[in-house]
Amino acid sequence: MNLDIRIPIGMLFTILGVLLTGYGVVADHNIYQRSLGYNVNLSWGLVLLAFGIVMLLLGRRRPGSDVPR
Amino acid sequence: MATTLHLGFIDYSILVTYFALVLGVGFALRRSTKSSTDFFLSGRSIPAWVAGLAFLSANMGAQELIGMAASGAKYGIATSHFYWIGAIPAMVFIGVFMMPFYYGSKARSVPEYLRMRFDEKTRGFNAITFATMTVFSSGISMYAMGLLLGVLLGWDFHVSVLVSAAIVMLYIFLGGLTSAIYNEVMQFFLIVAGFIPLVFLGLRDVGGWAGLSARLATTATKAGFAPGAYTHSWKYMGHAASNPMGVEWFGLVMGLGFVLSFGYWTTDFLVVQRAMAADSMSAARRTPLIAAFPKMLFPFLVILPGMIAIALTTQAGSGFALPAKPDGTLNYDMTVPMMLGHYFPSGLLGLGLTALLASFMSGMAGNVTAFNTVWTYDIYQAYLKKDASDQHLLWMGRMATVFGIALSVATAYLTTQFNNIMDMLQLVFAFVNAPLFATFLLGMFWRRTTGHAAFFGLLSGTLAAAIHHGLTLPRGSVAGIKGGWLGGPLHVYPSEMAQNFWTAIWAWSVCFGVTIIVSLVTRPRPDDELRGLVYSLTERPNTAGDAWYLRPGPLAGVLLSMTLVLNVIFF
Repeated sequence: MNLDIRIPIGMLFTILGVLLTGYGVVADHNIYQRSLGYNVNLSWGLVLLAFGIVMLLLGRRRPGSDVPR
Repeated sequence: MATTLHLGFIDYSILVTYFALVLGVGFALRRSTKSSTDFFLSGRSIPAWVAGLAFLSANMGAQELIGMAASGAKYGIATSHFYWIGAIPAMVFIGVFMMPFYYGSKARSVPEYLRMRFDEKTRGFNAITFATMTVFSSGISMYAMGLLLGVLLGWDFHVSVLVSAAIVMLYIFLGGLTSAIYNEVMQFFLIVAGFIPLVFLGLRDVGGWAGLSARLATTATKAGFAPGAYTHSWKYMGHAASNPMGVEWFGLVMGLGFVLSFGYWTTDFLVVQRAMAADSMSAARRTPLIAAFPKMLFPFLVILPGMIAIALTTQAGSGFALPAKPDGTLNYDMTVPMMLGHYFPSGLLGLGLTALLASFMSGMAGNVTAFNTVWTYDIYQAYLKKDASDQHLLWMGRMATVFGIALSVATAYLTTQFNNIMDMLQLVFAFVNAPLFATFLLGMFWRRTTGHAAFFGLLSGTLAAAIHHGLTLPRGSVAGIKGGWLGGPLHVYPSEMAQNFWTAIWAWSVCFGVTIIVSLVTRPRPDDELRGLVYSLTERPNTAGDAWYLRPGPLAGVLLSMTLVLNVIFF
């Protein structure tokens, strides 16, 4: 397969992470009344961003990766 | 019901990002889809972990997320039986015992395995019922999605159905099974990402497991059960009247744990296809085992939100309540969307809804890829055009994707008109599926089993299911679609679930018995023709040189012990 699946997964979560983190920084804090006062967009956005970057790094390393052909 | 959620710009951005990536994967894979094997079996080149997550995701359509959360609200932690007594043992069984034939025989589909092992008529019967069933079930889930998005977001039914159908059609048309598998894996991570914050916030809100148990004790006593009825999975299974499921342990273990779960996970081509696409025998055997690890933890992601929802609903002043249906009963199917709307602020809400939509789409994609394969290999190539070239089959697969989706959309629209017809069809399919596992079990482990026996066993098992259903009723229902349509009823079950489990048990037993009897009076096939197709005539794959975590045996041991521990913890 030409495409390592970790690339699209990494892209998806990196973009989602950036969107959520960014929104978590700029959005009015009142919206977090629902989520018990936690700024979940910021914290969860950072987690998704980290996951996305790790996936991109793993998928980029062609030699020695476990994807056949 | 005015429960419409409001989506902001950020939420739509998340949704659009997902759609763009899904289509991008389809376009990127188009060039590597050159033969029919590429299209239908991903060229048998998928690594074990990818096949494993797809194996799990293909089953995780709307029924799983919406339905299991609804069951969590209805029955409490006992819903975990669908995982810890149902799915996991069956997934271990297919990986350890069945994959050597499925993968080793090089069959391209489950019906094709049936032809190799038994005969043409058994394959034909299975291929036609399975193909019809996949089209209808993807249509019915499309309908459910259109309805849900309408209520939730005020989206137009036509737009929801047509847009999601078009996206799924495009990415499968381009990249075939690989495209479906890649998207299923993305969807798996999306669902996990969308549900972890929900469980975290929900548990925080009710005061952890201890707080949840205390609240559910009130819920249980209000409904007339012992205080622990929603938080213990086995303790109240001694008698059907003492648990909210209305099932006793024997019906549960035999009906759900044995017949239904094994029947689904080991014979349904929708999931088996993912393992057949794996890149080696070792990977194919590990596919269901790898899937079983996250599957084991899914109750915490999908059942807990349901339990939290019902605890909050029955508690006055909690600020959350499940909506009621017109007949006054709670609308449990709204559990997940209502919980998302209650806890998620704009931003995270977009992620949660994207996860939900992704699950609808990948459930649909699972059905469509199974349909196009069975149609092309087991119906078109088998009966309509035997000498088709590989390029022709690849073309046919793409066409089957288009008309499979078109038929599903038609089904979705038909369902809006005739709800009862769809219920009836689903019932008929349940009858067809219930006995199938008996046929496989005998076929794989008793080489004496003959083709005639398999066919007539299946037929009589299906008939037995229909007769049992026609003569029994769940308590409080009237004769008709719920049963009792043959007169009687001879027996009244405490709940619909108990009736389902026993219908399956009857179908399985009759199929098992008839298959043995007919086998004994018909001529068996010579051993030479059965090599690689039955257990006693198949060489065990040699795994001695592999690390322990690559061998099915040790993995199965770890899985079963962990499942046992979970059952004990929530006993």
